[in-house]
Amino acid sequence: MLQSLLSRLAIGALAVATCFAGPTFAQGTIKIAYTDPLSGPFAQVGDANLKQMNYILDYINSHGGALGKKFELVPFDNKSQPSDALIALKSATDQNMPFIMQCSGSNIAAALIEAVNKHNARNPDNRIIYINCGAVATELTNEQCSFWHFRFDANVAQKAEVMVRALPKEVTKVYLLNQDYLFGQSVQRDVKAFIAKLRPDIQVVGDELIPLGKVKDFAPYITKIKASGAQALLTGNWGPDMNLLIKAGIDAGVDLRYYTMYAHLAGGAVAIGPGGDGKVRSVQAFNENIAPEIGNAEAEAWTKDFRSKYPFDFYAAGFRTIFEFLAAAINKAGSTDPTKIALAMEDLKHKDFLGYESKMRKDDHQIIGPYFVGVFKRGVKYDSEKTGLGWATEATIPAKDIEQPTTCKMQRPKA
Amino acid sequence: MEVFLVSLLNGLVYGMLLFMLASGLTLILSMMGVLNFAHASAYMLGAYFAFTISQHIGFWPALIIAPLLCGLLGAMIEMYGLRRVHRNGHIAELLFTFGLALIIEKVVQMTWGLLPVPYRVPAGLDFPLFSIYGTQFPAYRAFMLLISLLMFGAIWLGLTRTRIGLVIQAALTHPDMVGALGHNVPRVFTTVFAAGTALAGLAGVIGGNYQVTEPAMAFTMGPIVFVVVVFGGLGSLTGCFIASLMMGLIQTFAVVLDYSPADLLRQFGIIVTSATPFHEVLTVPLPRVGALLPFLLLILILVFKPRGLMGTRDT
Amino acid sequence: MSADTTSTAPLAAARAPALLRRHWLWLAAIVLALAIPWLFFDWSKGRHSGFALTMLSEIGLMSVFALSFNMLMGQTGLLSFGHAILFGLGGYCTAHTLNAAKAGLFWLPVELIPLAGGLGGLVFGAVFGYVVTKQRATAFAMITMGLGELVAACALMFMGFFGGEGGISTDRVTGQSLFGIEYSTPWQVYCLVVAWTVIATMLMRLQTQTPLGRMANAQRDNFERTQFVGYDPRMIRFYQFTLSGFFAGIGGALYVLVYEIVTFDTVAAAKSATALLAAYIGGAGSFLGPFLGTIVVVLLQSGVSLISNAWLLYVGVLFIVMVMFAPGGIMGIVARHEPIARMGRLGELAVPYARILPPGLLLVLGFVTLVELAQLATIGSAQNKSLAIGGQPIDPHNGLPWAIGAAMLVAGGLWMRREARVFRARWDALMEEAKARGLPV
Repeated sequence: MLQSLLSRLAIGALAVATCFAGPTFAQGTIKIAYTDPLSGPFAQVGDANLKQMNYILDYINSHGGALGKKFELVPFDNKSQPSDALIALKSATDQNMPFIMQCSGSNIAAALIEAVNKHNARNPDNRIIYINCGAVATELTNEQCSFWHFRFDANVAQKAEVMVRALPKEVTKVYLLNQDYLFGQSVQRDVKAFIAKLRPDIQVVGDELIPLGKVKDFAPYITKIKASGAQALLTGNWGPDMNLLIKAGIDAGVDLRYYTMYAHLAGGAVAIGPGGDGKVRSVQAFNENIAPEIGNAEAEAWTKDFRSKYPFDFYAAGFRTIFEFLAAAINKAGSTDPTKIALAMEDLKHKDFLGYESKMRKDDHQIIGPYFVGVFKRGVKYDSEKTGLGWATEATIPAKDIEQPTTCKMQRPKA
Repeated sequence: MEVFLVSLLNGLVYGMLLFMLASGLTLILSMMGVLNFAHASAYMLGAYFAFTISQHIGFWPALIIAPLLCGLLGAMIEMYGLRRVHRNGHIAELLFTFGLALIIEKVVQMTWGLLPVPYRVPAGLDFPLFSIYGTQFPAYRAFMLLISLLMFGAIWLGLTRTRIGLVIQAALTHPDMVGALGHNVPRVFTTVFAAGTALAGLAGVIGGNYQVTEPAMAFTMGPIVFVVVVFGGLGSLTGCFIASLMMGLIQTFAVVLDYSPADLLRQFGIIVTSATPFHEVLTVPLPRVGALLPFLLLILILVFKPRGLMGTRDT
Repeated sequence: MSADTTSTAPLAAARAPALLRRHWLWLAAIVLALAIPWLFFDWSKGRHSGFALTMLSEIGLMSVFALSFNMLMGQTGLLSFGHAILFGLGGYCTAHTLNAAKAGLFWLPVELIPLAGGLGGLVFGAVFGYVVTKQRATAFAMITMGLGELVAACALMFMGFFGGEGGISTDRVTGQSLFGIEYSTPWQVYCLVVAWTVIATMLMRLQTQTPLGRMANAQRDNFERTQFVGYDPRMIRFYQFTLSGFFAGIGGALYVLVYEIVTFDTVAAAKSATALLAAYIGGAGSFLGPFLGTIVVVLLQSGVSLISNAWLLYVGVLFIVMVMFAPGGIMGIVARHEPIARMGRLGELAVPYARILPPGLLLVLGFVTLVELAQLATIGSAQNKSLAIGGQPIDPHNGLPWAIGAAMLVAGGLWMRREARVFRARWDALMEEAKARGLPV
């Protein structure tokens, strides 16, 4: 008797929970499911992205959206767990959303690509497009490439090439230090390959992998790097692994240039602090000083407006490109049918708000656009996170320089 | 030699930071049997408190006030929470601290935001103290070393020279007997828990600006502290001290020694190629797994010597 | 042949009601599990809700995992911080097996795939079990923690078996099935998950009644006396650990079938923690406790997290409230009602329960309001969901909502205190009566 009462309670709880899970949305909007960590220790990743996306979407919607409809972002917290991202995907397809978007973690990206492929093959009447806004494993647009996956960030190989191309002539000895998992191992491999190809004069004096997120004191690594005589440290590290590494280097007063891929993300500037003046570089798609540097007052005013609303910097110009691409593709397709949108997106070209042109390559659905290397220093127009230091563009790598070949064999749907 | 000396210093500094965190946990775990998952949260709170205080009245007052605040919080947690949960067993206590860690993390996020806060080394200590072979040794690291040594001395004196210290020492090994002798064991528990939390807070004050003060710092620091405590052995502060230094030095020197199991096998004439089974594992160089060594050591010592390094009773 | 069937048929027919009486709970659970998805069926589109099915499947597979965890914690008294490694490694084995079957290396119907995970879990359980079961109590907990950290780190470092960050992805539509089912829709997979959850749960239930299961309890309750009776507690721990590896592996296999991918997250500490929380919340002392706990934990994780970013805070508060006031978990609360139920006077508690409900709700509502306001004021409305009551958006910088929240909290608390006293009096009276009647209290 008690137990049956309990099971009845359980049904009730489930029903209540799922009613909450399916909130009602305004009709006639184009819904984009967005899934990233929004809670827990890495909540800042999803939170910073979401705030910038909403800022961009408000702008795009006030300028007409697409086909007269507005975009609507529906966030799902995936807690950095692939299984939760897949539950979010189910939720999105239940509500016939045409897009699911995810930025953080190639493990989750790989899970989503596979799941979207299978879902679209098994449910031809209810397809969905996966918009990748930051999972960078090169494999995702090579071996694992999919017609339903569009990547709007440079992949690891492209970032590595940008990094190598940005190395000044006087640097001839570099040290590599990366996190020991797919991403870090790819950075290590690709950077070495591009050094051999583009800068044979550079000698790799050290090459290190560290367990992800386990090292609490980087001083011994700095000692080792110092002993190797390296002039530059090339790293793909992110989060504490990057912050602590750079801090330890600055503390030890070692004369090094740090080339990173993620120092410009939210929280990086504060963590590095004033000691990083002129030492830290980051491979980036955008920084707030590009607009004043190239004299684009409109873009400058637009990013400045974001700063007045939020306590951190705007770094996600790439997201604006994404939504503008989506709007253009929907207008071109004349429909919100995912298959038509996906076809319209292939080889679509678009001029972003800074005036640079980028293209969604048909062969592998990898965006090809210009990339920048910024240096963290004093005396820039817009500083980062009230540190007094900000990112100044040191090198601009045009799109044609990083248009790398792909091994993708794209399978397009018949219908 | 150059690398050796610098590594030795770095290992010492890191080891002493670990000791500051671990000493409090050793006292708590040994005496109360509580696997305190919120210990690293106290470390985080110490750093955040110090950040806020140092913004208003400076770093030096923060060095005193922040640990006191943490200690006060610890005392309250023990009196109003743990004491009540205590009769429900150790797993209940553990889950209690686990829930507490979740709450503290969220409260920190809500109070100070999701991003790192600019908690910096005070200007008075922000200079290179000396330099060996071109590598600077920051004054702040020396300061950390000094504080942790002072702390070790203070705990040692407190435990051996004061009345309450003697009671605590007795309670470490024979908690029931101490109660039977008429000492107020609950009050001793509160004192120990508050002191342990305060020590973690102190570690946070001087570790927060040496590392990065952010909401994830408790999450990333948690497991290693347990390793140190259990490795050192329950009931032994000396064991904890040695274990901390060992862990610090091992991780530091593992980075420097670039060897893999394959190199070892080569000494015996076995050449590992990509065709060898488990070659992926065998060719891993030591620096790549340096940060994992503490966990391996933990398993080994517990399997062969469940009391830990200098433990006075079984874990 | 025909005589055979005629002779057994009436017997079976006679036995059926008895079976039904004894096992009605299992049958009810299965019927219920298969019925719930139809509550969420989308009739306008003629399809199941993939979200509901996936969440229910998650409950199924996680409950197998939590039950296997409780074979250690509840039954043997071993607290493992690394149980997910068996779950995850079982999953990896399943993924490799499924891929091999798909590639045509051998014929293995999808229905039997979970056995591959189970065997994987069993083998790894034996290997790791050999090391970890040398110790018990805290030492055991710490060894499993170290092992968990090591395996999780290895899962990221070594590409061959673990596939690196992207994990191993598979396709459950192998075309090999005992019943000719494709397993392309979530509904079909859900039915498979239900079937295996029931099988695994029954097996684990039966295991508790074997000599090994009994001795596990004995060595949990009195470690020394077990030795006097002539058993080697170490071997009991070892067998128990290995067997729980088998069931954890089945859970991992179901994970692979549902999500068609296995990544390093499945071996990580967070998964182990989920099992621990589920087991404790449900009640580690009873067999079905972890099952109920899993329902609560999954609904919190996948349900509440959709509404609020502060869900972890609520989880934390829930644990603290549970360990302070209901250390026996949900099943513990239920069990306390047993004497009253035996007297047939459960109905008398209905009014007191109904009376503490409103203050309880008020208390919760006040607390949630304050937390959400604080979250909105500091972190901001990241989830696009600004706090709104009756379509009226609430401004967190206005003092009024704060005052209302605080008032609800305080009023709810005071009211609750009063009602709790009334409840307590009624409860004690009933208990006294039960005691007087000689019922075990």
